[in-house]
Amino acid sequence: MIYREAGQFKASYAADSAIFPIRQDRIGIAIILALAFVVVPLTATPYLFSAILIPFLILSLAALGLNILTGYAGQVSLGTAAFMAVGAFASYNFMLRVPNMPILLAFVGGGLMAAFVGILFGLPSLRIRGFYLAVATLAAQFFILWVLTKVGWITNYSSSGVITAQRVVILGYPFSTPAAKYLLVLSIVAVMALAAKNMARGNVGRSWMAVRDMDVAAEVIGIRLMRAKLLAFAVSSFYCGVAGALYAYAYLGTVEPEAYSLDLSFRILFMVIVGGVGSVLGSFLGSAFITLLPVLLSVSVRFLDASLDLHIAESTISNLELMVFGGLIIFFLIVEPHGLARLWQIAKEKLRLWPFPH
Amino acid sequence: MSFFFEVLIGGLLSGIMYSLVALGFVLIYKASGVFNYAQGALVFFAALTFVGLLELKLPFWLALPATLAVMIVLAVVIERVILRPLVNQPQITLFMATIGLSFFIEGLAQMMWGANVRGLDLGLQDEPIQWISDTTGMNISKFDLAAAGVAAVLVAVLAIFFNRTRIGRALRAVADDHQAALAVGIPLRQIWTIVWGVAGAVALVAGLLWGARNGVQYALTFVALKALPVLILGGFESVPGAIVGGLIIGASEKLAEVYIGPYVGGGIEGWFPYVLALVFLLVRPEGLFGEKIIRRI
Repeated sequence: MIYREAGQFKASYAADSAIFPIRQDRIGIAIILALAFVVVPLTATPYLFSAILIPFLILSLAALGLNILTGYAGQVSLGTAAFMAVGAFASYNFMLRVPNMPILLAFVGGGLMAAFVGILFGLPSLRIRGFYLAVATLAAQFFILWVLTKVGWITNYSSSGVITAQRVVILGYPFSTPAAKYLLVLSIVAVMALAAKNMARGNVGRSWMAVRDMDVAAEVIGIRLMRAKLLAFAVSSFYCGVAGALYAYAYLGTVEPEAYSLDLSFRILFMVIVGGVGSVLGSFLGSAFITLLPVLLSVSVRFLDASLDLHIAESTISNLELMVFGGLIIFFLIVEPHGLARLWQIAKEKLRLWPFPH
Repeated sequence: MSFFFEVLIGGLLSGIMYSLVALGFVLIYKASGVFNYAQGALVFFAALTFVGLLELKLPFWLALPATLAVMIVLAVVIERVILRPLVNQPQITLFMATIGLSFFIEGLAQMMWGANVRGLDLGLQDEPIQWISDTTGMNISKFDLAAAGVAAVLVAVLAIFFNRTRIGRALRAVADDHQAALAVGIPLRQIWTIVWGVAGAVALVAGLLWGARNGVQYALTFVALKALPVLILGGFESVPGAIVGGLIIGASEKLAEVYIGPYVGGGIEGWFPYVLALVFLLVRPEGLFGEKIIRRI
């Protein structure tokens, strides 16, 4: 009854190719944006901002980047965190070495640098496929982090390898409180998600999907494989690079190679798979799931421990969390292999017919 | 020159240790097309269970079959709970499921036996063999040599198992074509359980050798990362590929660390195998011994 497009006529080509053709979708997006931009900053606590909301948004952006590469263009990558590291360190160096560098431009510079490195490590994808490529991208993960720790110039010869990130100041306004950082991250993520959505449904996205589904066939119908694959690597790495820079500047406050470990790469891949491969919405859902799950787990285990007076050892709790985390991932893959985004699609289908079954 | 050979032989021997882990991957990939990231966790689990049983005052000869039994039970559970519901899903989904599985096994192992670093004494010392260092001046570790012997025996046993037994033939049939195998009456589920059981046994051997060398600790799970370049170099489907790949990776890694490392600041062991494997892949995209994939539209 509520979610139904009956009576909404498209009278022009522009209306037909609109990004959200159904009125209810437009209202829904507007409500979500209003909630995120107005209600959340007014109500959330600093803990919520810096421990949950900011990492959620930043990792959504990284997951979106990986989803462009893996979900749309079909190239599995295990080196996401390394491209994030490139973005973070490039931004740091732009800020350090270029006088009066605007920080937003430094983020873009970091993204472009990551895109360049992404193209370099994307070159093998022209010859290697599937799991061979996935393992080969691990070369990027280990090699880039090794370079970042070994080349002193990049870390400005810092002895500990941990650098404090410069302050985030835009047009004289310092983004130092958690709420301000949240708004900054949210704005960047919203703009880039919109861009990704448009790319995915446009010419570029369609050629990526053709390559994903069968690259030989895509080549036969006139898609330039090299261009499509390398563009996917570049765009994906750009997103990851910006996410990495935000991770350092808005979340950690430090720039250090250890933050961008293989573990982070795997977490982002989890987000894509659990959220939904080849879906912009899925990147956000997956990120929310993977970011919130450990928090919820540790809160609920500690609550049970305290209320039942079990006195479980701290190490047992962390092992239990590990087991439940692994178990839940397997559970979700079995229940819905197409990810959370697919669940939302099914819900939409059901909503259209509601209250009738057919 | 003898130094060069010493490094080379040391590298080859440590390469065999990588091959042992890679073998477990190959077995499972061959028979079910699953890229089993949890192999490293299995190695850790096997070693930790074995040491835990020894600490319970079980004698060595009893702890070994007991651990083997645990690994086989684990294989049955994995087949029933994870593989069976995920039949016919894309490979990437199965790969992610095995990553989830590796988290689960790591948590389970540490919860059962605690997270302390333990030593494991197999009665082999990691010291140079006297008469070789006397006659040629090279230091070759007894332990490494014994590990190589174990690996050779294991590969021989696997080769016989795959080529000469009924189950082995069924395994190869399943690897070739799931549906055709089912059609001629090969029980797919049993075969998968057997493969995971064999992979568990290989993990046990690898876990004992790696554990005796580096101590039984969480870091054992990272040996999977050492095995991955071996895998892509040799080819996912090939047992000989895992051995040859391990030898190439082990030798070149040690040589690179000694001869190139000092010029670039050291620590290149982490990424060098991957870059080497990448270079090989550019020439042969399916690895040295992998099956050629012919694509049709």
